[in-house]
Amino acid sequence: MGVQEQYPFDVAAIRDDFPILERSVGGDPTAAGQDETDDIDLVYLDNAATSHTPEPVVEAITDYYRSYNSNVHRGIHQLSQEASVAYEEAHDVVADFIGAAGREEVIFTKNTTEAMNLVAYAWGLAELGPDDNVVLTEMEHHASLVTWQQIGKKTGASVRYIEVTDEGTLDMDDAAAKIDDDTAMVSAVHVSNTLATVNPIRELAALADDHGALSFADAAQSVPNRPVDVDDLGVDFLAFSGHKMCGPTGIGVLYGREALLDSMEPYLYGGEMIRRVTFEDSTWEDLPWKFEAGTPSIAQGIGLAAAIEYVEDIGIERIEEHERLLAEYAHDRLTDLGGVEIYGPPGDERGGLVAFNVDGVHAHDLSSILNDYGVAVRAGDHCTQPLHDKLGVAASVRASFYIYNTVEEVDALVDAVREARDLFA
Amino acid sequence: MGLGSDMYRQQILDHYKNPRNYGELEDPDFTHVGENPSCGDTIKLEVELDDEGETIETVSFTGDGCAISMASASMLSDQLHGMTVEELDSLDTDDITEMLGVDISPMRIKCAVLGRQVAQDGAKIHRGELDPDATRTQE
Ligand SMILES: Cc1ncc(COP(=O)(O)O)c(C=O)c1O
Repeated sequence: MGVQEQYPFDVAAIRDDFPILERSVGGDPTAAGQDETDDIDLVYLDNAATSHTPEPVVEAITDYYRSYNSNVHRGIHQLSQEASVAYEEAHDVVADFIGAAGREEVIFTKNTTEAMNLVAYAWGLAELGPDDNVVLTEMEHHASLVTWQQIGKKTGASVRYIEVTDEGTLDMDDAAAKIDDDTAMVSAVHVSNTLATVNPIRELAALADDHGALSFADAAQSVPNRPVDVDDLGVDFLAFSGHKMCGPTGIGVLYGREALLDSMEPYLYGGEMIRRVTFEDSTWEDLPWKFEAGTPSIAQGIGLAAAIEYVEDIGIERIEEHERLLAEYAHDRLTDLGGVEIYGPPGDERGGLVAFNVDGVHAHDLSSILNDYGVAVRAGDHCTQPLHDKLGVAASVRASFYIYNTVEEVDALVDAVREARDLFA
Repeated sequence: MGLGSDMYRQQILDHYKNPRNYGELEDPDFTHVGENPSCGDTIKLEVELDDEGETIETVSFTGDGCAISMASASMLSDQLHGMTVEELDSLDTDDITEMLGVDISPMRIKCAVLGRQVAQDGAKIHRGELDPDATRTQE
């Protein structure tokens, strides 16, 4: 059976919701938007960096600006009420989606990075000291690695890294050795944005719990494409970004257990997070608003709710299956090509992305040549420099898939990789 | 086809595969290393000047990186022979793209000019005009 026949949903119909997939490329890259010199079909395989936005989400955002644009929580007038209700309800949609108890546990941030910094500053600076340690993995994204590294420097807490095995999985014996009674926080990436490893968050959270430590899942690469339930994972915090799951940029989510969020001081002051102010002192609003200072990203929050509805309509399990199909197919075809080194676990155990290098071709040259064939991939260290150091390479090329990608697009990638390899041979 | 394909004309690939003046000098007047950390491109350039310290007599380089950065360093190492330090100072990005003879896409300019930057910073540090700590390239 061809891989196309195994698609768990109608990919062609999905593609119709994304007009950007119709555009061509190849012309002047300094001119924004398509122009007449663009003459190659776009093959967009950079979804781990950001996904495209379907029409229903664009419409939800446009509808807000066209018909009820207004600041939230600040007016008794009708527009402000409409905007406030839609913005607040977006929190409920997120809570339902990830299995949180309610909107109190869902804080809107700018992105995953800001969500991690929020916890690092609001909880970490207050709670960590020289006797504590924070346990991360060697495959952390800089968003978490650098944040905890720097909070460690400020507080004296040490940072430990759970080792990655040669197969690209976490060494769980090492995890059990590194997480000890001095561990205050275990923060791990759920799906690695470089290795595509799906990490055992549940086990890590349980280990943390055994030692009285908190746990944080970086779910930037998992919430978009597989079922994620905070209760089931048993984590205390979890973060993800809207723009990697059909939503707009400028909106991310921090999930936190209510009791914990309650015990934390705000990270940013001003605006909607305040209840009562005198010249001497201030008190804070209830959760989640206590952590949403200033005018929030209103249209983006509403857009995120629309994106979640879009993704749920397709079915998150089906999306997971589609990604697995494409990743496995890409993994197999690139392996067959020869001269290609792929990082991470085998094809059927990975999330929907493949990072690789071709013998004798630098990642940046490779991605430039792929771009000539209309194939958009990421080249570089994907914000995992220490992991690349460990892999012994400065950079890699990463193809990452989403709901609208097809087998034919993987074929286009593989053909272009072959051309590049031959050019440099 | 787009800009990128033009970047890999035969001349670039030739300099990448067979870099000119590749290696180290016995007794350089100055040596300088620079890198683009995000790309992992690294170039080490060694220069011998004439007795007056004004004209470049011999250049060699070693390095690791993409075809654009390596080919650019190789071509530059050819061009620098016989150039005065002043002339080196005045080399700008246009001179480099002209030397390469291809359109460099905006995201790759950094790669193309790394060799020039290393040469210019190295010369400035040698003359005491630049604090080594103040540059992104390093000794
Ligand atoms: C695993 C992981 N964590 C964190 C981030 C940071 O996300 P953002 O840039 O939206 O803050 C990304 C993506 O860039 C990621 O892939």
